[in-house]
Amino acid sequence: MNLFADAIDWILDPANYTGLNAIPLRLGQHLLFTLVTLLIAAAIAIPIGYLIGHTGRGRGLAVTTSGGLRAIPTLGLLTLVALWVGVGVVAPYVALTVLAIPPILAGAYTGFEAIDRRTVDAARAVGMSELQIVRKVEVPLGLPLLIGRLRSATLQVIATATLAAYVADIGLGRYLFSGLKTRDYAQMLGGSILVILLALALEGIFALIQRFAVPRGVSGRLAIPKPSTLRTERSTAAR
Amino acid sequence: MIEFRSVSKRFPDGTLAVEDFSLVLPSHQTTVLVGSSGSGKTTLLRMINRMVDPSSGSVEIDGEDIATLPPVKLRRGIGYVMQNSGLLPHRTVVDNVATVPLLRGTPKSQARQDALTLLDTVGLDRSLADRYPSQLSGGQQQRVGVARGLAVNPNILLMDEPFGAVDPIVRAELQQELVRLQKELDKTVVFVTHDIEEAFLLGDQIVILREGGRIAQVGSPADLLAHPADDFVASFVGADRGRRALHVERHGDEDVVVDSDGRLAGVLDSARRAGMAADPEAAR
Ligand SMILES: Nc1ncnc2c1ncn2[C@@H]1O[C@H](COP(=O)(O)OP(=O)(O)OP(=O)(O)O)[C@@H](O)[C@H]1O
Ligand SMILES: [Mg+2]
Repeated sequence: MNLFADAIDWILDPANYTGLNAIPLRLGQHLLFTLVTLLIAAAIAIPIGYLIGHTGRGRGLAVTTSGGLRAIPTLGLLTLVALWVGVGVVAPYVALTVLAIPPILAGAYTGFEAIDRRTVDAARAVGMSELQIVRKVEVPLGLPLLIGRLRSATLQVIATATLAAYVADIGLGRYLFSGLKTRDYAQMLGGSILVILLALALEGIFALIQRFAVPRGVSGRLAIPKPSTLRTERSTAAR
Repeated sequence: MIEFRSVSKRFPDGTLAVEDFSLVLPSHQTTVLVGSSGSGKTTLLRMINRMVDPSSGSVEIDGEDIATLPPVKLRRGIGYVMQNSGLLPHRTVVDNVATVPLLRGTPKSQARQDALTLLDTVGLDRSLADRYPSQLSGGQQQRVGVARGLAVNPNILLMDEPFGAVDPIVRAELQQELVRLQKELDKTVVFVTHDIEEAFLLGDQIVILREGGRIAQVGSPADLLAHPADDFVASFVGADRGRRALHVERHGDEDVVVDSDGRLAGVLDSARRAGMAADPEAAR
């Protein structure tokens, strides 16, 4: 318990708010690193996922590849890339992008696959082009599932981004590695708490986004309550 | 005019849904395709807007082989009311109806205005305009589907069991609505159903289909009743039983009409009978 108090003290210690190891700076780096990684992963995975989801082709390949990517140990990949391109931020970006791609890819195509085939068929039958079907029907209706997977990808990247400090002086992982080296457990635990807080904050934001990502008219999020629902609400309120 | 020329369709899984189907569907008339489940009605209908391409043979609209037309453009010019309502769940009623006009570049406010007018046309209250499909009853959804089919003012209207999912009372209402609309709009309608009563009510030309889209008989309702080509057609149209198999019995000095179950169907008016004999059209 004392260790925990020490960790809080460490977080609140003004000495940790200046210089290269300032907490806000590290937090910012960690967040930025996470977001950029997710952006890169999304830019790669979403178009491919949409293509698979729309055409129904290449799903088997995607599943196999995703499985393969998932099986790669991130630390191993990080070391390998670092050995190849040298120490610096490139290696963690590559390693964590590889980590984030499978869930986002799956989110993109399962989002499309979950749409009622008849809805897509109807959109085509009234004369939407394939691109219009994707943009006006599949993307909005597939969004909730995609956001859900983006959310889990974000958590994974935030947590694993601590490894970035292994090969580059970046992010909150620095506190863990240097704390471990100097047996400064307060710093280690303090750093972990910061990672957890950051994760929780992003979770909260995603929970909000996810609510608004469900298109109106779909599954319960209705604009106008049906008269019957209104009545039930009122009678419940009266009681 | 729509013409099927020896059209066959074999799906990739080997199902032969339609085999050597030839038919002319005259303009400004309602052709009804009737047949039991799986007889290829939907497949035939969807060949007209290229949602299904024939494996062999061709479909022509006004003499033009539609295989040469770009499908998206073709579909935007043909109204299609689907077996399920086929509405987009994330769009409001009015946006669903306005879908195709908006795709064609009609200004938003204009498209919305037209869509509201169409809701009137199909007998839907405008207060439903901003609801989502999931907030409507099945019958209301079907009406929205019909309104959407009419939205581009198409010359051709394809309707695939549009009233299948609604109760008999609403169905009768919608059928009357369609009869009225058709008088007004004068479109070339291709209507699919497996309800022979519906076919008789709506069809100028009725096509009775067997398995594999094979035509058992084509004709007006009167043709089919009076001269069924074979037992299949006769039993399909019910000419051999119930309230369609009528005969005259003499009761005192009046002729009464009795159905095959012996139930009284009506009285023969001798004055009108004379008129009917002179004008066979009136018998319909
Ligand atoms: N995409 C498809 N792939 C394979 N077979 C199909 C496909 N669509 C239809 N079929 C088959 O083709 C045959 C005709 O189907 P179709 O949908 O045209 O029948 P239908 O007359 O409209 O039936 P229903 O009254 O049940 O709607 C059926 O045997 C059906 O299983
Ligand atoms: Mg059908």
